[in-house]
Amino acid sequence: MVLSKLQKINKEYHFFNSIAKSIPKNKFIISAKDAICTKDLPTTAGSQILSNYVPRFDATVISNLKKEGGVVAGKTSQDAFGFGSFNVNVGNDKKIPLNPIDATRVCGGSSGGAAGFTRKLSELHPEIKHVALGESTGGSISCPAAFCGVVGLTPTYGRVSRYGLISYGNSLDKIGPMAMSVKECAKALDIIAGSDGKDSTCIDHEKGFESACGKDIKKLKIGIIKEGFGDGVDKEVVKSVQKAIKQLGVNADEVSLPLTMKYGIPVYYLLAMTEASTNLTKLSGLRYGQEENPSDISFNDYFTSIRTKYFNEETKRRILLGTFARMAGFRDAYYIKAAKIRTLIIEEYKELFKTFDVLITPTMPIIAPTFDEIKKLTPLQHYMMDILTVGPNLAGIPHITVPCGEVQGMPVGMQIMADHWQEKKMIQVADYYERKRDDR
Amino acid sequence: MKLDKNLLNEIATNARLKLTKKEEKEFLPQLEEIMEVFSQLDEVKTHNVQPSFHPIKVENVAREDKITKCLSTTEVFKDVKNKEDSFFKGPKPV
Repeated sequence: MVLSKLQKINKEYHFFNSIAKSIPKNKFIISAKDAICTKDLPTTAGSQILSNYVPRFDATVISNLKKEGGVVAGKTSQDAFGFGSFNVNVGNDKKIPLNPIDATRVCGGSSGGAAGFTRKLSELHPEIKHVALGESTGGSISCPAAFCGVVGLTPTYGRVSRYGLISYGNSLDKIGPMAMSVKECAKALDIIAGSDGKDSTCIDHEKGFESACGKDIKKLKIGIIKEGFGDGVDKEVVKSVQKAIKQLGVNADEVSLPLTMKYGIPVYYLLAMTEASTNLTKLSGLRYGQEENPSDISFNDYFTSIRTKYFNEETKRRILLGTFARMAGFRDAYYIKAAKIRTLIIEEYKELFKTFDVLITPTMPIIAPTFDEIKKLTPLQHYMMDILTVGPNLAGIPHITVPCGEVQGMPVGMQIMADHWQEKKMIQVADYYERKRDDR
Repeated sequence: MKLDKNLLNEIATNARLKLTKKEEKEFLPQLEEIMEVFSQLDEVKTHNVQPSFHPIKVENVAREDKITKCLSTTEVFKDVKNKEDSFFKGPKPV
């Protein structure tokens, strides 16, 4: 039975926050990041404050997959509200998922459960058809996909409806598929993409992503972002990605994104934390999630008490920073300034896309670290891990990570980016690489 | 940017959070270090640059103005602890 197989995997690796009570036969299974609402199945966004929340509706991405014959098998682990790069900032009542290749290492975050489960299921039960849904705000699909050795596709902002997604940062959030191959990701994107009238930022554009697979890439111009191979990126990771680029067998020009690579991290964290601190005001012990007795307590004390008790440390840290960035007297210097530099970052990418079809960097600067290694990192050092993924997320451009070798037995990811709505080009290159790699 | 205990607690009050002494001690240097990095943005010239609140142009995306089925009150209140009739019950605002 599929259900018992999932339960067995989960007992060892903690990929799921909840698993469905039954899984009908002859259906493909959907595992959804726990921030994506699923009818009658708990949806906690990885947090304790929402641990008792059971949506009465499906997110649009879930409805679309169900229409194609899918059934939700479970909700995958994530850093609470997506706040993390290692999937260790889980709600106080949740378990941390373990890397499917080496259990002493992290899965990566924040969609760690989705990536870990995708990899482990394909190893143990390749016969089970599965679609994993992750969500990225600043790299939450790419990072765990790279650390677990799977393909992760982050579409253009606005390509996939966010209806039913528990928001982290509204101007950054994107739902995307994770799978063992580029083709599977392309197929899943064909199903979940498109407007639904319920998300005012979701726009219809041409689809047919699967048709981009199986082609050659002779006519495409490839740019290699030099900062992605420089200081702060592990030399062995650099070697793996350089080797993969060679395997593509086409000319690639070195290009530069100086502003993005220097200021991407502060711009991203300022905007994301500001948006997150606003979004999380709705979690205050009313209507859904954790509640306590509201009698004989003042309005503010009630909200303060619930939020203080049920938010974890990283959630508090980000709410504090986001609240600070939009406080009177600081808003223009921080939030608005960051939003202006975001414009310059978008322009920097757009300029390159005038000449190039796709841009390439490593996905993460390191391989999946061990739990011991990350204990030593300060919050700022944690944030710096997103150096290669925040750029495309700020610009809202599509990107895909594809496994491209190993360092110390752990997978390395190659990140391929394309201009807005040009998913097909990056899929074409990623799929081409995958075939070249597997032909060896 | 110098972050002191008073400012930290002012931010926490605005965010409806109460920090323990331990959290205060831990967060102060951490947040200060992060704000230091945020302050690097001052180096970038942004005169005449418009802020981007979205990465793509979004103009007047609206659905048809039609009445559709919504959740019943039974469904909405199914897991709610603090309720009375068809109302959510919360603390007194004043």
